[in-house]
Amino acid sequence: MAGSQSFILHNRLEHQTMTLDEYRRTGGYQGLRELLNHEAPENIKKTVLDSGLQGRGGAGFPAGKKWQLLPDDAPHPRYIVANTDEMEPGTFKDRLLLSVNPHTVIEGMIIAGYANSAQKGYFFIRPSYQQVALKFEKALSEARAGGFLGQKILGSDFSFEIVVHRSAGRYICGEAKGLIHALQGERPHPNIEGHLTEEGLWGRPTIVNNAETLAYVPHIVRNGAQWFRDLGKHDKAPGNKIYSVCGRVRRPGVFELPFGTSLGEIIEEHAGGMLPGYEFKACLPGGASTRYLTKEFFHVEMDFESMSKIGPGHRLGTGAIMVFDHTCCLVAITLNLIQFFARESCGWCTPCREGLPYMEALLAAIARGEGEADFLPRLQEMCRHMRNAYCAFALGAASPVQGLMEDFEDEVKAHITHKKCPLEHDDPNQWPLQPMPGIEDLETGNERHPSCPI
Amino acid sequence: MMLPEDKREQLQTQILESEAPREEAINVMFALQKHYGYLSDEAVSEAAHMLGMTTLEIEELATFYDFLYREPVGTYVIHVCDSSICWMYGEETVMDYLSKTLAIAPGETTADGLFTILPVCCVGYCDHAPVMLINGKPYGPLTPDAIDSILLDIRLNHPECEEVK
Repeated sequence: MAGSQSFILHNRLEHQTMTLDEYRRTGGYQGLRELLNHEAPENIKKTVLDSGLQGRGGAGFPAGKKWQLLPDDAPHPRYIVANTDEMEPGTFKDRLLLSVNPHTVIEGMIIAGYANSAQKGYFFIRPSYQQVALKFEKALSEARAGGFLGQKILGSDFSFEIVVHRSAGRYICGEAKGLIHALQGERPHPNIEGHLTEEGLWGRPTIVNNAETLAYVPHIVRNGAQWFRDLGKHDKAPGNKIYSVCGRVRRPGVFELPFGTSLGEIIEEHAGGMLPGYEFKACLPGGASTRYLTKEFFHVEMDFESMSKIGPGHRLGTGAIMVFDHTCCLVAITLNLIQFFARESCGWCTPCREGLPYMEALLAAIARGEGEADFLPRLQEMCRHMRNAYCAFALGAASPVQGLMEDFEDEVKAHITHKKCPLEHDDPNQWPLQPMPGIEDLETGNERHPSCPI
Repeated sequence: MMLPEDKREQLQTQILESEAPREEAINVMFALQKHYGYLSDEAVSEAAHMLGMTTLEIEELATFYDFLYREPVGTYVIHVCDSSICWMYGEETVMDYLSKTLAIAPGETTADGLFTILPVCCVGYCDHAPVMLINGKPYGPLTPDAIDSILLDIRLNHPECEEVK
């Protein structure tokens, strides 16, 4: 971690939430105080645009551009939504971010509110993060008591309120348009035409940003656009990024690093490399909706631009790296992923609702050793059909399947030819259920023991 | 057994303060679920009445979400994460061990009404795999011993339900 500095993730101690005083000692809420006195909202928008900050939820759309899509003469009220649905398998960066430093997200929401002349913010959080929601609510009351939130913030004419919305849990709620329906108490299908910045929540101008995206905003406002750009590894990768690593590594956890840090450095240096006795086979670099990468891609810089240059279908996603070792059957892993997507499909459009269960059935048959030669072209065809789905999630679901068939074709074909999984592995039900020896706990630095509750 | 008056008033205040009543739909359903133990037909009607929605509109939501239950569940709902990383670290063994220990299949409730086991997709605690949630509280990494002591603690102490079940 030499040479890089964390700004939004001051530590990784999930149970040590920064208090308001601690946050202020690191310069927290200074940016807000100064801009309320001196800066016009359009200047803040420009600073965020110039910083090059890209959305950290997976799509990578420039945050400043999204803000500029909201027309100056748009009607009021306007809303800011912080998206902490985070239901992409393998992704837990926002959980740690908000457990450690909720105030930077709160300040980011307030500044986004000021820059876009919005009156109200919604903090949308998934039910399995109830502990995080409680910490966030505590931080909100600290901010309110400190005069940073509520009526006439810090004596200015700007008022802003933040409401916590607890979701009841479905993957599609993380899709911005599905999320808007969810907030409105409607079935969260992603079927809204047009830009949310014009007609979003209750038909009003709305900006939906990922929590991590908003977390950088106070630091950009305080230190300037150029400072943020310089943090990244290169021009096209401005700022820092929280990467999370899980799977068969020694130190699973989250790491705030310069954007564009190489895949190999993240896995080998920061996450401590593979657990003893395990060899790296492949990883999914950004949650379940991305394509597998093998060791030959360890040099690739983990940013939106560099990842998409690898080839068609490759993308950074959430930057949540799932590491699979030589004992993992990638057909079985992909089947697990597609089961997730088939179960979580909202059912609104036919390709996703009908296509994913069919893909699941084909993969399950291959995994059981009952696959046939024509299953591969059938799966390819289904992956192509996913382009006709209404939102991006079905296409994301097809990503690991496509990667499996193109980059691990031999492994899939071996299942079909030998009529069983070619990898020697124990029956999963016989696996000894104990924490892998050698996993280091990031909080204590010691080997991890069964520690319940988390 | 309707919702107690003070709880009802609190929800009604929340509804009045929201932009539109149905914005509070999930909160109201969570509160009713906590009171009745699950979203009974009575709870669905009550939610509809409070929110000015039809029972069909409530049903649309209640059947959509993972953490809302239209059938009776135990006092403690155990959600076992079955997504990739937990699966890789032995989720099937966790599920089997729980089923064997509690003598119920996934989806069922113990005879004493204490526990229900349900599979759930990635809960976002992959760095602690394998993981389960009990009434929204995460536990991991799990071992048979750890599971035994968690269940024993619940049987002995009946800890207060978290809001999210």
